[in-house]
Amino acid sequence: MNPDPILQINNLTKTYKKFTAVNDVSFEVRPGEIVGLLGPNGAGKTTIINMVLGVLEKSSGTMQLNGFDMTADRTKTNQDMNFAAVYAHLPGNLTVRQNLYVFSLLYSIKNVNKKINEVLVEFDLVKFANTKTGLLSSGEQSRVNLAKATLNDPCLLLFDEPTASLDPSTSQLIRDRIRQHVTDKQAAVLWTSHNMQEVSLICDRVLFLSRGKILLEGDPKTLPQAHGKADLEELFIAVAREPLSLDQTV
Amino acid sequence: MSFIRIWAIFVRQLFLLYRNPTRLINIFLWATIDVFIWGLLTRYLDTIGQSAFSFTTVLFGAIILWELLVRAHQGSMLPFLEDVWTQNFINFFASPLKLGEYVAGLVLSSIFTSTIGFGGIALMAGLFFGFNILLLGFWLLPFLIILFIFGIALGIFTGGLIMRLGPAAEWIAWPISAIISPLVGIFYPISVLPSKVQYISHALPPTYVFEGMRQLVLAGQFTPKLLYPLAIGFGLSLVYLVAAYLFFAWVHKIALRRGLIARFGTETTT
Repeated sequence: MNPDPILQINNLTKTYKKFTAVNDVSFEVRPGEIVGLLGPNGAGKTTIINMVLGVLEKSSGTMQLNGFDMTADRTKTNQDMNFAAVYAHLPGNLTVRQNLYVFSLLYSIKNVNKKINEVLVEFDLVKFANTKTGLLSSGEQSRVNLAKATLNDPCLLLFDEPTASLDPSTSQLIRDRIRQHVTDKQAAVLWTSHNMQEVSLICDRVLFLSRGKILLEGDPKTLPQAHGKADLEELFIAVAREPLSLDQTV
Repeated sequence: MSFIRIWAIFVRQLFLLYRNPTRLINIFLWATIDVFIWGLLTRYLDTIGQSAFSFTTVLFGAIILWELLVRAHQGSMLPFLEDVWTQNFINFFASPLKLGEYVAGLVLSSIFTSTIGFGGIALMAGLFFGFNILLLGFWLLPFLIILFIFGIALGIFTGGLIMRLGPAAEWIAWPISAIISPLVGIFYPISVLPSKVQYISHALPPTYVFEGMRQLVLAGQFTPKLLYPLAIGFGLSLVYLVAAYLFFAWVHKIALRRGLIARFGTETTT
């Protein structure tokens, strides 16, 4: 029997005046599962992530984390999740350790210094601990973001193109660490990326979004063949250019 | 409310000040310039006025008190601007941090920096111009509290204004205390203002502080007559503080609805 979902989204909609960015989307993410949220630019991926994070108000629908309403119990649910996004860097004028310290306090982490030392080692940041975050390369900053994202041992991790500025070798190491974290903590991950090879490697399941709706859902290894495409990239292009030909909205 | 999360907002400011002379100088620079300009001017006026009127106590005392309001305003606004400059809102507001805790953190930062700033100014005034800020005695305290609360309210209000209008509105934030300064009778009684302008003056808490301070200095002692304006000034400052917080919360709600927390950097007037 499948365990209860960590993240449960039902009929989620976001409307800006006359434009609907996310349209009646429902899905769930279970413990130990990495779900890829895929789609062309403007499909609604980041909008969904921002609503889950609580930095964007939904127009309608429900979001639950471990059964708790993510709007009514936001402080509690945000305690149990974290995120890293290519567009959200930590303040560059604080050192890596100072940034991690501030966010440890915000997430009410016990044994702050021990935890900070752990993530510094885990993400190979020890030598940068006392360096101003803004002085690091974009790849190093991404690792700092990921270290921050795992500080509170979240049961839900939201990643918006987390490896976008990493070289292939570092990307692989990061993916391995995230997979390890998911296995160890039985955490759930919602992951957006435009790197289809990466998605095939890391995601257990993918949701293809187009124009704010989920168009396709399935295993990234079998989904392309099921729709007559050679690989995930080809399927992505088809979703982006001819969404109507694939319209099997779930 | 979690004190630890409030502390986190404050600690960030401490980290920024630690071993950073540029930021420390910013707390004192303009205040130091004001102390010297007004200290030398009042010394000169005392010379030509032949002690008929104590310019030092009234004018110099007023400028030092006004500096407290400016410090409190900037002390609560600067930590907010740090989050604008570093585009940090998404990191903070995607954490368990509540809006009230964030604002309380700004207030705590302001208490810290304005106490240092005000202490430094008072010390300089004493060392270089022999001005004793404690001249007003115990009644200095309510004056300071009113100015401090109103300064914080201004800081929160300007923060809300920037969140509403976008980073380009930062220019509004800096001179806002200077804009109200002619209306609150820092250097002159508000009776010299046009009668209609005086209505505005009466709605501003610092007016009661500066009018009261002048009465106190001229009378040479505290009189019960001063209690009433002090109470009005204190009450008004609390009203402004609550109104500023409500404004900030309203603007934050709009930002949440429009997705501006996640992409703060966009012009948001439309």
